[in-house]
Amino acid sequence: MSTMNTVGRPTTPNAVGHDYKHPTLTGGRGLLQDEHLIFESDGWGKTGVDLPEPKADGSDLGDLVRRDPIGLPGLSEPEAMRHYVRLSQKNHAIDLAIYPLGSCTMKHNPRLNEKMARLPGFSDIHPLQPQSTVQGALELMDQLAHWLKTLTGMPAVALSPKAGAHGELCGLMAIRAAHRAAGHGLRSDKPRNKVLVPTSAHGTNPATAAFVGYQVVEIAQTEDGRVDIKDLEAKLGDDVAAIMVTNPNTCGLFERDILEISRLTHEAGAYFYCDGANFNAIVGRVRPGDLGVDAMHINLHKTFSTPHGGGGPGAGPVVLSEALAPFAPAPWVVSGEDGFRLEEFAEGEAAQAFGRLCAFHGQMGMYVRALSYMMSHGSDGLRQVAEDAVLNANYIKARLSDLMSAAFPEGPCMHEALFDDEWLKGTDVTTLDFAKAMIDEGFHPMTMYFPLVVHGAMLIEPTETESKQELDRFIEAMRALAQAAKAGDVERFKGAPFHAPLRRLDETRAARQPVLRWTAPEGSNIAAE
Amino acid sequence: MRYLPLTPDDRSAMLAAIGAKSIDDLFVDVPEAARREGFVDLPRVAGELQVERALGAMAGRNVAAGSVPFFCGAGAYKHHVPATVDHVIQRSEFLTSYTPYQPEIAQGTLQYLYEFQTQVANLTGMPVANASLYDGSTAMAEGVLMATRVTRRNKAVISGGVHPHYVAATETVVHAVGVETQVLPAAVDAEADVIAQIGPDTACVVVQTPNVFGTATDVTKIAEAAHAAGALLIVVVTEAVSMGLLKSPGEMGADIVAAEGQSIGNALNFGGPYVGLFACREKLIRQMPGRLTGETVDADGERGFVLTLSTREQHIRRDKATSNICTNSGLCTLAFTIHMSLLGETGLRRLALLNHEAAVKTRDALAAIPGVEVLTPRFFNEFAVRLPKPASEVVERLAEKRILAGVPYGRLAPAAGMDDVLLVAATEITTDADIATLKSALAEVL
Amino acid sequence: MRFTKDHEWVRLEGDVATVGISKHAAEALGDVVFVETPEAGRSVSKGDSFAVVESVKAASDVYAPVAGEVVEGNAALANAPETVNADPEGEGWFAKIKVSDASQLDELMDRAAYDQYLATL
Repeated sequence: MSTMNTVGRPTTPNAVGHDYKHPTLTGGRGLLQDEHLIFESDGWGKTGVDLPEPKADGSDLGDLVRRDPIGLPGLSEPEAMRHYVRLSQKNHAIDLAIYPLGSCTMKHNPRLNEKMARLPGFSDIHPLQPQSTVQGALELMDQLAHWLKTLTGMPAVALSPKAGAHGELCGLMAIRAAHRAAGHGLRSDKPRNKVLVPTSAHGTNPATAAFVGYQVVEIAQTEDGRVDIKDLEAKLGDDVAAIMVTNPNTCGLFERDILEISRLTHEAGAYFYCDGANFNAIVGRVRPGDLGVDAMHINLHKTFSTPHGGGGPGAGPVVLSEALAPFAPAPWVVSGEDGFRLEEFAEGEAAQAFGRLCAFHGQMGMYVRALSYMMSHGSDGLRQVAEDAVLNANYIKARLSDLMSAAFPEGPCMHEALFDDEWLKGTDVTTLDFAKAMIDEGFHPMTMYFPLVVHGAMLIEPTETESKQELDRFIEAMRALAQAAKAGDVERFKGAPFHAPLRRLDETRAARQPVLRWTAPEGSNIAAE
Repeated sequence: MRYLPLTPDDRSAMLAAIGAKSIDDLFVDVPEAARREGFVDLPRVAGELQVERALGAMAGRNVAAGSVPFFCGAGAYKHHVPATVDHVIQRSEFLTSYTPYQPEIAQGTLQYLYEFQTQVANLTGMPVANASLYDGSTAMAEGVLMATRVTRRNKAVISGGVHPHYVAATETVVHAVGVETQVLPAAVDAEADVIAQIGPDTACVVVQTPNVFGTATDVTKIAEAAHAAGALLIVVVTEAVSMGLLKSPGEMGADIVAAEGQSIGNALNFGGPYVGLFACREKLIRQMPGRLTGETVDADGERGFVLTLSTREQHIRRDKATSNICTNSGLCTLAFTIHMSLLGETGLRRLALLNHEAAVKTRDALAAIPGVEVLTPRFFNEFAVRLPKPASEVVERLAEKRILAGVPYGRLAPAAGMDDVLLVAATEITTDADIATLKSALAEVL
Repeated sequence: MRFTKDHEWVRLEGDVATVGISKHAAEALGDVVFVETPEAGRSVSKGDSFAVVESVKAASDVYAPVAGEVVEGNAALANAPETVNADPEGEGWFAKIKVSDASQLDELMDRAAYDQYLATL
């Protein structure tokens, strides 16, 4: 053999330095860049947008013109790309791995939906163009309404609420308007001024009820995680305006007595508000209309896959029963012989509308995505969505129940599996520690400490878009961690995360001395206010 | 179905692991009377191509703003959005992440929210801003509610220049809580009329600048009058770009700013999703609605960001929360902050001047048409004109000629008796040719 | 010192009662990050929510254990909320109230009764 080049790069790891750990010198770590704030860049005079030189100088506006520096740095396009790509790499995402946040429904976001929402015919139309020039947009809203009404078995829907909590507000205001019309308003002689809410409810339920002036009365929960019918019956009366029940509930369980609950509620003259946050567990198999529901918001970003986007935007259309439909807020899409039209005020068909919840017509961009998702699945696919979501959750529950304590071991769960921290007793590891250790293993933690009725709650919602292989990978990681906790490997948990972009953050400090914005360091001559 | 990874074999294996015979076993808790056999009466599964065709057909029945001379504003503005913006907001790590409740693996979102809060604070001239609300109109409603909490008074005085949808959205919500509102009659240039209405029970006065008729106003005197009476001044801004040219609300004495941020980074989207900007004085932060991001350190002393002061929010305070909101406008916020970072102060000021320039040109062109009366004395990029005919009729006729000429004020407030008023907006996208086309077509239909 | 079931304490000196939250309450709240105390001159009825205490994980209203007029709120807590954790039954007091009916204190628990009550929780 002739001479070989022996000077090149070694292609196998060096034997030394295997367990040598040290902080890096710059704060960067491999692919993770240490990224400063835009305000700490040198971009105080730069711009990344090429615009023509204006001829106007604003002198016609005299004293109205802003003279002082505003304090906005600029970045060239390559700098901007780098900044945001570097930031992006510090986020977990569904596209990276399972995101099992119970009650949040982190499912795959189809890219077709994004493509459809960006069609100029949807994204580049003005809300106040002549209605003759947006017939396709109104048709889309009408189609979305048709799908939502058909899937829920409800006769009407108010599309405009901008998120789930806004939808709750919409539903309760419709209920309030209906009671007022019947002479039972809050200021009437016979007011219906109470709203019954189970202890396990999401915080928005009591927040919304109190917000619109109702007194919130809690309903007890049974041993098996459902509404206590006896307690409900005792608290129902002619002063109750509504009950707010989540079904499937926040423990991931279907309310077995749901028909009885709605019957008792209606007999007492109250309305049944259903929190539809968990509709994804039953879509295509159960219609809320068949359960006696009077109003239910649907989080389009949960059941119908519009992206969560780091916290929004959402959309929370509310389906309404015959009794509540007349009170739906403006605008309404009305279909007539010569096409569609918007009823934008409380007049005509919408004469009894309780008002308007926002400017314009709601979250059109989310409507397009949701309809694209529904049309893609079809009625058969949507039923499969519910079935696979429930199957995945039960599979996780079955495979973890020997190591972790299921909060409600008896019977199946719906779309999410709930564990408590009973199994961690004596380990010195808390639910929070366990969650942080999951981060080190590459998983986003489940929802923790919610619902409040379960001690140290761990609520796991896989959704239907996880493959069996990914579920098994997740389950194996959970099992390994559970065994480590039980084996006394406490350090692994207490200090976690070790491998995330940052270690545990000091939230107490953030709240005690709030620093909510960047300010120029003292002595610097940066032109910020 | 392409979005569902489980195979029939997977499903059988998993059912076996659970100990269930069929999927129906997992739905046993559903009362029999409510179980639905078979499929709901809706179309079945559809491929991408089919869905694209169906939705594409609907989209095709709309007239896109970019395809015609376009002059609509009234709270929603068409601006050019740099290509970078839409690319970045579609990155998986931003698009498909949740609210940053686990800060160790959500620093990307938290840092841009912190940057966004700083940009909004500086843009509005206020000390602090939150991580956004749903839109400008709901931000105004939240502002009024906040003012009643701060002042422990119960009445809002609202100028006749505030966008009628904003007034309606605010009244719907605040009336539900028992807050009184006094809305002054619609007027093109009368923001200062609120001063005479301020009383000892006034929690806040709400003014808009530029207002719905486009009129820009120095509200300093209004702020002084409000403060002298122990009331707060809420300034509404529906065109965020205007703050690149006009004095900021903070500079003029605002206590709370409720603004629509759509103009920066976000498309028209037929009215939503948009992004509500919300800023206030420092001493009011504990009464501020919505999410807030704050700076802190991690266990190793590294700087990091977290959601903070969350005890104000519904998931902890439940029935005592400051508001029932639990969402911000995440991705729209990101679009805003990217576009703003690209513009920088230099670009924003230039963009604002170009808007003003286009509007002045448009005003001059329309003012030359016999019968057209320009109503707005001082404006940024939008102004009102009185036409010799009902504005809605004129707008329809022009739409037939493929010109979107503006928003009839009567569409926003049919009862105001201003059916002959047309709101006309121009931005950096408006060309001289667009203006000429509008001028000749308008002259023709009048 | 007397205690309520809602974990407020009250200590009467002359006709002025100093009010705060108990050690147990401070521990249950965790790190206190914000306290809103009432302004002087405000009159409160027994059971009125007269102050707010927030920790990272919870926010609670604090109820007046006795009726009267607020003489002073503890302004020092605004900048040092951690005092509530460090010394809940001393420096971490919330307000001083000029009591209108001192007999209202008789309805409250003494230390022993409160400890017993805590044991039942």
